[in-house]
Amino acid sequence: MSVTLDIRLKRANKVYHEGETVSGVIVLSCKEAMQHHGISLSMEGIVNLQLSSKSVGVFEAFYNSVKPIPLISSNIEVAKAGKIPGGKTEIPFEFPLHTKGNKVLYETYHGVFVNIQYTLRCDMKRSLLAKDLSRNCEFIVHSLPQKAKPVSAPVDFTITPDTLQNIRERSSLPKFLIRGHLDATNCEISRPLTGEVMVEKSDVPIKSMELQLVRVETCGCAEGYARDSTEIQNIQIAEGDVCHGLSIPIYMIFPRLFTCPTLETTNFKVEFEINVVVVLHDDHLITENFPLKLCRT
Amino acid sequence: MAAVQWRSRGRDYDAELQRCRPEATPVEFGDYHPLKPIMVTDTKTRRGTRKGSTSSSSSSSSSAPSDPLSSMLDGTDPLSMFAAASATETSAMPHTSSTGEPGRKKREKQDEAVGSDFEPWSSKRGEILARFTTTEKLSINLFMGSDRGKAPNPGSSAVSEKVRTRLEELDDLEEGSQRELLNLSQQDYANRIEELNQSLKEAWASDQKVKALKIVIQCSKLLSDTSVIQFYPSKFVLITDILDTFGRLVYDRIWTMCSDTRPLPECFTLDDVNDTAKETCLNWFFKIASIRELLPRLYVEAAILKCNHFLNRSGIQETLLRLTAMIRGVGDPLVAAYARAYLCRVGMEVAPHLKECLNKNFFDLLTTFRQISGDSIQKQLLVQRVEVPEYLTLYSPAINWILQCIAYRAAESLLTEMMERCKTLANNALLLNSVMRAFRPEFVAVRAIDFISMIKDCDESGFPKHLLFGSLGRSLACADPPESERLTILNEAWKVITKVRSSQDYINCAEIWVEFTCRHFTKREVNTVLADIIKHMTPDRAFEDAYPQLQSVMGKILTYSHDFSVLFSMERFLPFLDMFQKDNVRVEVCKSIMEVFIKHQVEVTRDPVILNAMLHICKTMHDSVNALTLEDEKRSLSLLIIGFIRMVSFGRDFEQQLSFCVEARATFCNLEPVLVQLIHTVNQLAMETRRVMRGNHSRKTAAFVRACAAYSFITIPSLSSIFSRLSLYLLSGQAALANQCLSQADAFLKAAVSILPEVPRSINVEGKLRSSENFLLDFINNFLATLLVVPDHPEHGVLYLVRGLLNMVQDYTWEDNSDAKVHVYISALPLLAAMSQETYLYSIPNMDSNETLYGGDPKFLSEINKLCETLIGQILDHLKTLTRDESVRRQSALAFSLCAAVLAHGDLRNNKLSQLTINLWNLSHKHGHCETRVSVQTLEHIKHQAQQPGMAHLLDTVQRLTLQSRT
Repeated sequence: MSVTLDIRLKRANKVYHEGETVSGVIVLSCKEAMQHHGISLSMEGIVNLQLSSKSVGVFEAFYNSVKPIPLISSNIEVAKAGKIPGGKTEIPFEFPLHTKGNKVLYETYHGVFVNIQYTLRCDMKRSLLAKDLSRNCEFIVHSLPQKAKPVSAPVDFTITPDTLQNIRERSSLPKFLIRGHLDATNCEISRPLTGEVMVEKSDVPIKSMELQLVRVETCGCAEGYARDSTEIQNIQIAEGDVCHGLSIPIYMIFPRLFTCPTLETTNFKVEFEINVVVVLHDDHLITENFPLKLCRT
Repeated sequence: MAAVQWRSRGRDYDAELQRCRPEATPVEFGDYHPLKPIMVTDTKTRRGTRKGSTSSSSSSSSSAPSDPLSSMLDGTDPLSMFAAASATETSAMPHTSSTGEPGRKKREKQDEAVGSDFEPWSSKRGEILARFTTTEKLSINLFMGSDRGKAPNPGSSAVSEKVRTRLEELDDLEEGSQRELLNLSQQDYANRIEELNQSLKEAWASDQKVKALKIVIQCSKLLSDTSVIQFYPSKFVLITDILDTFGRLVYDRIWTMCSDTRPLPECFTLDDVNDTAKETCLNWFFKIASIRELLPRLYVEAAILKCNHFLNRSGIQETLLRLTAMIRGVGDPLVAAYARAYLCRVGMEVAPHLKECLNKNFFDLLTTFRQISGDSIQKQLLVQRVEVPEYLTLYSPAINWILQCIAYRAAESLLTEMMERCKTLANNALLLNSVMRAFRPEFVAVRAIDFISMIKDCDESGFPKHLLFGSLGRSLACADPPESERLTILNEAWKVITKVRSSQDYINCAEIWVEFTCRHFTKREVNTVLADIIKHMTPDRAFEDAYPQLQSVMGKILTYSHDFSVLFSMERFLPFLDMFQKDNVRVEVCKSIMEVFIKHQVEVTRDPVILNAMLHICKTMHDSVNALTLEDEKRSLSLLIIGFIRMVSFGRDFEQQLSFCVEARATFCNLEPVLVQLIHTVNQLAMETRRVMRGNHSRKTAAFVRACAAYSFITIPSLSSIFSRLSLYLLSGQAALANQCLSQADAFLKAAVSILPEVPRSINVEGKLRSSENFLLDFINNFLATLLVVPDHPEHGVLYLVRGLLNMVQDYTWEDNSDAKVHVYISALPLLAAMSQETYLYSIPNMDSNETLYGGDPKFLSEINKLCETLIGQILDHLKTLTRDESVRRQSALAFSLCAAVLAHGDLRNNKLSQLTINLWNLSHKHGHCETRVSVQTLEHIKHQAQQPGMAHLLDTVQRLTLQSRT
């Protein structure tokens, strides 16, 4: 006797905002009628923080994992103990997305040390002989549009051997001049990052140009915190010795789930940066870093 | 049985003819006659009253005869009615939600469709694959391991391995497995790619979408690899096939997701697309946007460009422009050029009205052109040992395609602008070449002079000029430049072409220009061109490697000049022909010339130039025949040569004609059909002479016709087919008789008789063995008919030839159980009867037959009668042997034919003959094998005959012929 349990959300993209109602159906399908001891459904939103082993000792990281921060939680009983008929049964449900007190629903974010996740969980209790069934379903929360529009000002940059920092032998560097601009560093998260870069001259042929999107996660509070930056994605925008004097577009779509509007709270921070990386044919690696401010409008 | 006494019945042929002639009866207008045109009056009633019919009620009321099929097509038939109805329904439905005005929509739709005048990619595919080949070893590296092996980027601090794998998951096909296939031949390579194509489809079918995407990514990665650069265009073709497959799969998948409840209309709006489909589509785009490497990201997104239809209105245009800009990041100019070509290809398919991106692509391409002379490319070429000109030709498919897309239905001004831009670039040869190939030939043709000067300005080192002139020539072959410029164009072009050093390059280019020359100029120019070709191709026997091109030159000349006297009067034509020295090619060329000759030479000719040349050509064809030549080949060659012989006529100069035939016989002795034709020609010549002389030969003409007869007489024995020989002997004999060449005719007929024993009992007809009996009987009957007019030879006895023939027939080894011999005897009876008439049924003018020789001499008659009696005796003997059960049917049939012969030709006043008839009649009816209908008709005929004057005696006989009643 098999029974399957499924949660189906009404919205295909599973995206909800604060104040809206998460609605959907619980789908039960079994061949014949089935006895159960009650079905319950819970919604939960939490921030999981983790300290990296690099910032603190390994054991500390293991034990001192910062406590998760609950954002929202509610529970309803869908059905009392009883029987469900054979075939497919759909039980609709609705959860209002309201926070208690002055808590804010942060946007869903899947990171390395910070994870913000919202889930629906459906449990079906059954008799001793049969295992209890449960089903998880993640839904996505987008924060409400920010009122203040970001001021988008283009950022110009020029890279020459002279502008570089932390290099060992400046003299061994080949000569090059790379100019470019980003259209904005205050970015709307649903819009791509755009700009242009142009190799004006370079003594050594260029091997590759890449855009590296980096997340900077900070956990902890004033007395002690860990700040780690990790790569989210790396996109190649030029391959091989590109034509000099021809501007190459900078274009990156912010990946969903792995990015969220820049977030700063008392316990943790999530920030993003972009690196424009130029690899020369002699494997010199030139990086230009730009902090980004992401927002949702 | 007592000997039969034969008396032939006297005949008055004229009177009989008079009686037999039917009366002509005029056909009344209204009467039925099979040859009268059929007129049907259209009385169709309209069926337009059908409920709901929206079709036009234009049922034809014209007086033209109605055709039942076409009447089905005027819209009133049920099928097209339904179609019309559903068409209006579907077109009405989607517009309830759309806000666009229908008129505009329609126009857009028209814009989108690419006309059939746009040469599709599929037609280029094969050409590219055939042209860009390599013998070098290729490798496929699926999964670039470099990412994995590389030390972590110093720029990024610690990256958790888990996240890293997740992000890179897209990059490798099978986790951790690197598949590098080395040492592949070109064919292996194509096969591997095809395998990948298959596994893509399989993965898709088994719902492994991620695997499918991985395959596509890995494949497009291969396009960034330019090792074995000569193969790159072909590689591009192979791999973009996979991309096309992928694009189609994704599009169809999303399409079906939308068509869940009801099928999506052809031109759907965004509102028709449901959320799930949109989400899936978005997912694809997000996934692709995160592909690490530039080239796969570019290609895969281009492949699913069409899916933008599901997301928003302006998506395609934006994406096209964005991708166009993105290609700038591709460093290798060749890779970039092909990426552009792919983008244009997808763009033309999905949104042909968006020209902006095409132009942008082209201009970007122009800008990056200077890279070709840059260091990195030069270094690469050095390593791969590829010359610059060869490298440049690798670009042409891509550039040609881009330009073709741009030039498609483009305004003249745009093309001019493009041309101007090309001019401003220093190293523009490659571009110029593509412009000439891609733009409309008409456009190129009017500016031919401009183009020539541009070609001249190009620097020689980069792109070979003969290729440029080749392209120009190709355009000029399709479109005509202004009349006044043509000569200048030819001169300018040929000046360059003639300087091309490599003979292969030279002939490739010259071949193209020959068409232009033939089209617009006279034989003088063509001759000059031919002379030049000969000059270039002769040293070192260069022509041996250029037969296809030379053949094509010949083909073009033949297409444009059908006047063979002009053609052969070109000094260089025959020397040109001499360059085809490989036997089969030579024959092939000769055949093509002959085919054109037969097709286009309308009038007979005696032009010595044509005759000499043609004889030469035909001789070449003839000489190619050897023991191994196929029967079919021989036949077709013979037909061609015969076609030529029939075209030769010297008018009234018969002797010349005969000597031509003599020469032809010597030349074409190996092809029997040709010899047969020659004999026919000569016989015809003799008859023509007779016609000219109105039957009275002078000494000279008599000698001539004898010469003709002699010609035939010595030619016929060389034929191997016995029946051709027989019939030609007979025919020539008849011709000789008509020309009063008695001894010749005698010789012919005697020869025919003498070879009769050689006739085999079975012959090969269309590959099957068949008994020759029927053919032989036919021939003998024909022969007998001729014998009537052949006068007896004074030195031989009476009826020498007839006796000779009959003796031969008797000695011939007929098939066992065959009545053929007796049939011959029976058919000899009417001949003998006819010979014994006072006036013969037919005779040859100016020729005395036996009728005048013997003048009804009783001795002669009694000879005939004796012969008849012998024959009848022989027949009766034969009849007697046919008494056994299985042969009574044959007996009855034979008896009946003999009976009929006697009835028709014997004089039945003679009692014995009359008795014989009755006996034969009874014999034939004895076993009931006679067909009653035939018997009845025979009886009726005889009764009818009996009513003629002097035939009353027949009545007696008739009364004694009884019909056997059927039980």
